[in-house]
Amino acid sequence: MISDLLRIEGLRVYYYTRDGVVMAVDNVDLFMKKGETIGLVGESGSGKSTLGRAILRLVPPPGRIISGKIVFDGLNLTELSEEEMRKIRGKRISMVFQDPMTSLDPLMKIGDHIVETIMAHETLTREEAEEKAIKLLEQVGIRSERFMDYPHQFSGGMRQRVGIALALALNPDLVIADEPTSSLDVIVQFQILDLMKELKNLYGMGMILITHDISIIPGIADKVALMYAGQLVEFADAKSFFNEPLHPYGKALLESIPNIQHSDQKLKYIPGNPPDLINPPKGCRFSPRCPYATEKCREEEPPTIMVGHHRLVKCFQY
Amino acid sequence: MTSLRVYIIRRILLSIPMLLILLSVVFVVLRVAGDPVSAMLGGHAPISEIERIRKQLGLDKPLYIQYLNYLMNLAHFDLGRSMIWGQRPVLDEILEHFPATLELSISAFTFSILLGVFTGVFSARRRNKPADHAIRLYGIITYSIFIPWFGLVLQLIFGVYLGWLPISGRSDPRMAPEIITGLYVLDSILTMNLPGLIDSIRHLILPTVTLGIYLSGIYTRLTRTHMIDILQSDFIRAARARGLPERTIIYKHALKNAFIPILTMMGLQFALLLAGAVLTETTFSWPGMGYFLYERISYRDFTTIQGTIVFIATLIVLISLIVDIIYVYIDPRIRY
Ligand SMILES: Nc1ncnc2c1ncn2[C@@H]1O[C@H](COP(=O)(O)OP(=O)(O)OP(=O)(O)O)[C@@H](O)[C@H]1O
Ligand code: SF4
Ligand SMILES: [Mg+2]
Repeated sequence: MISDLLRIEGLRVYYYTRDGVVMAVDNVDLFMKKGETIGLVGESGSGKSTLGRAILRLVPPPGRIISGKIVFDGLNLTELSEEEMRKIRGKRISMVFQDPMTSLDPLMKIGDHIVETIMAHETLTREEAEEKAIKLLEQVGIRSERFMDYPHQFSGGMRQRVGIALALALNPDLVIADEPTSSLDVIVQFQILDLMKELKNLYGMGMILITHDISIIPGIADKVALMYAGQLVEFADAKSFFNEPLHPYGKALLESIPNIQHSDQKLKYIPGNPPDLINPPKGCRFSPRCPYATEKCREEEPPTIMVGHHRLVKCFQY
Repeated sequence: MTSLRVYIIRRILLSIPMLLILLSVVFVVLRVAGDPVSAMLGGHAPISEIERIRKQLGLDKPLYIQYLNYLMNLAHFDLGRSMIWGQRPVLDEILEHFPATLELSISAFTFSILLGVFTGVFSARRRNKPADHAIRLYGIITYSIFIPWFGLVLQLIFGVYLGWLPISGRSDPRMAPEIITGLYVLDSILTMNLPGLIDSIRHLILPTVTLGIYLSGIYTRLTRTHMIDILQSDFIRAARARGLPERTIIYKHALKNAFIPILTMMGLQFALLLAGAVLTETTFSWPGMGYFLYERISYRDFTTIQGTIVFIATLIVLISLIVDIIYVYIDPRIRY
C-alpha cells in the first residue's frame, strides 16, 4: 500500500451553514496508484468538488475537514503546515477548474500566469520561466504570439487550454480536474478531453477527473469512483463498471445515458430528488430512490464490501 | 490609441459648457452679495471715492457687459487682475499659492489611500472578527469628521500639549528652502537642505493627518468590500491552488483587481480633496489656494475668486481625464 499515490481514509468534510451542518463528504475512502486516472462521478451536490478541494486543503469556509487522513506519497496532508501545503499545491498536486472564464486573473497576461506559477515553486530566472511557459502553451495548442494576450481575448476552450497548461506547469504527480469540460460546448469538450488524454500519456501524472457526466469517462479513466450524497457507493475499474455496475445507483446512472445506437430508446431519469445533506435519509442514503430497497436498507447503513479484486460497493445486496 | 485621443478631445470639449455654467453662477452670486470696493474701504468712505474705484474696476458697467468682457479675456487665457490693493494679475496670485495646496494635497491624498487600502485589506482578511468591526467603525466615523474641529484637536494634542509638531504655516521662516518648484519638501531635497527638509515635513504632518484621515474612510470601506468579493472569486481560488504565496495572492491579484473601483473613487474624490484642503488650510494657516480663496471671499475680490474657481474646476476635469487614461493601462479590457 506504500506505493499508493493517494490514500484517503475516513474523510469527512462538513459545511457549517446557518441552516445546519452539510455533510458534504461523509466517511470516504479512496485509493489510487501513480499514473492512474479516476473518474469521480455523481450527481450535482453529491460532494465531488468538496472532495477534490479537500485533497488540496482548499475547502472554502464555512467548510472544514472534520476527520480522516489524506496520505499523498507518504505524507499526511491534513497534518502539514499551511506553508508546506502551499509548496505541494500547483507543484505536486494541481487543479483544473470548471469555469475557465473566471479562473484566470483578468488583469494578468496569459503567459504571466504560467511564469508566476513556475517561479513560485522553482528558482529559475524570469527568462527561463518564460521559455518554459512558451513551450507549455505550445503543448496545449496555443501559439507563442499569444503569450502577451489577456484572458478576455481568448475563447472558453482556449482558456481551458491555458488552465491545463497551468496545471501541468510543474509536472505534478496528481491533477484534480473538476468538471473541466462542463462549461464548454460539445465540440470543444471533445477537443479538451482529447488534449487531456494526450498530455496524460506524455506526462504520466495521476488524475482525478470529476464529472457529473458519466459518458465522458470511458476511454479516459482507469477507475470509476461513484459518489452519492457525500459517500462513495462504488469503486471499480472502469471496464467492469461499464460492463456491469454493481450499485443500484450506478445501474440507474448508466441507464440514463442517451445511447447513440439506440436513439429510439427513451431517456430514463432516476426518479426522486437528490437527498438533503443536512438531514440525510436514515439507513442507506439511496434507499428512498432505490428500486431494490428493503426494510433493512431504510434502517441500517450498508457496509462497504469488497467484491472480487479491489472492487468496492456499499450496498446490502452484496 | 487613436480612439483614446478622440475620447480625450471629446471629454475636454464636453467639459467646456460645464465650466461655463459654473463660472456664470459664481459670477452672478458674487455680485449679488456685495462688492469689493465697500468691503475694502469700509462703510465710511466718501461716495465719490467709491464711485471712482468702481469705475476704475469696471464695476459701473451693466452686468452683461462685465460678463462678456470677462469671457472675452478668459478666451485668451487672461484671468484679469485682482480687484483689491496691489491689483496683481490673478494668475500670478493663483500660481503663487498653488504649490502649497499641491504639496498638501499630494501628501494627504497619498496618506489617505495608503491608510484606506491598508485598513481595508486588513479588515477584509479578518472578516467579522473584532479587528474588522473596529475598522468598519473607523470607516464610518472618519467620513463624518468635521475638519476644523479635528484639526484643532490634533493641534492641541501634538502642538500645544505635547509640543512635538508645529501647528501652522509651511515652514519656519529661517529654514524655508530656496524656491524652485514651490513644493517645499521637493525644493529642500533639490537644494540638499536637510534642516529645511525636516522642517517642511514637520509642518506637513498635522495637516496631512487631518485631511488624510478624513479622506481615508471611504477607501477603507471600498477596499474592504471589494477585497471580500474578490477573495472569494474563482481566480483567487485558482491562484491558491497553484500554490502562490499568500502575499502574491493578496497584493498582486486581489488588490490589483480591487484597485479599479478605488481608482474611480480617487477621481471622484478629487473635488472633495480640494474642498477638504480649503478647510484644512484655513485651520492650519497653510498658505495655499484654500486659505487664499477664503481670504479673498471676505474681500469680495471678484476676479480672483472667479479665477481661482475656474482654475480648480479645470484641475478637476484634468484629473478625471487622467484617471480615465490610467484605467486603460491598468485594465486591459477597457477601450474607449
Ligand atoms: N461554500 C459552501 N457552503 C455551504 N455549503 C456548501 C458549500 N459548497 C458546497 N456546499 C454543499 O455541499 C454539498 C456538496 O457540494 P459540492 O459542490 O461538493 O458538490 P458537487 O458534487 O461538486 O456538485 P456539482 O456537480 O454541482 O459541482 C452540496 O450540498 C452543497 O450545497
Ligand atoms: S443498500 Fe438497499 S437501498 Fe441502498 S442501494 Fe443497496 S439495495 Fe438500494
Ligand atoms: Mg462541483
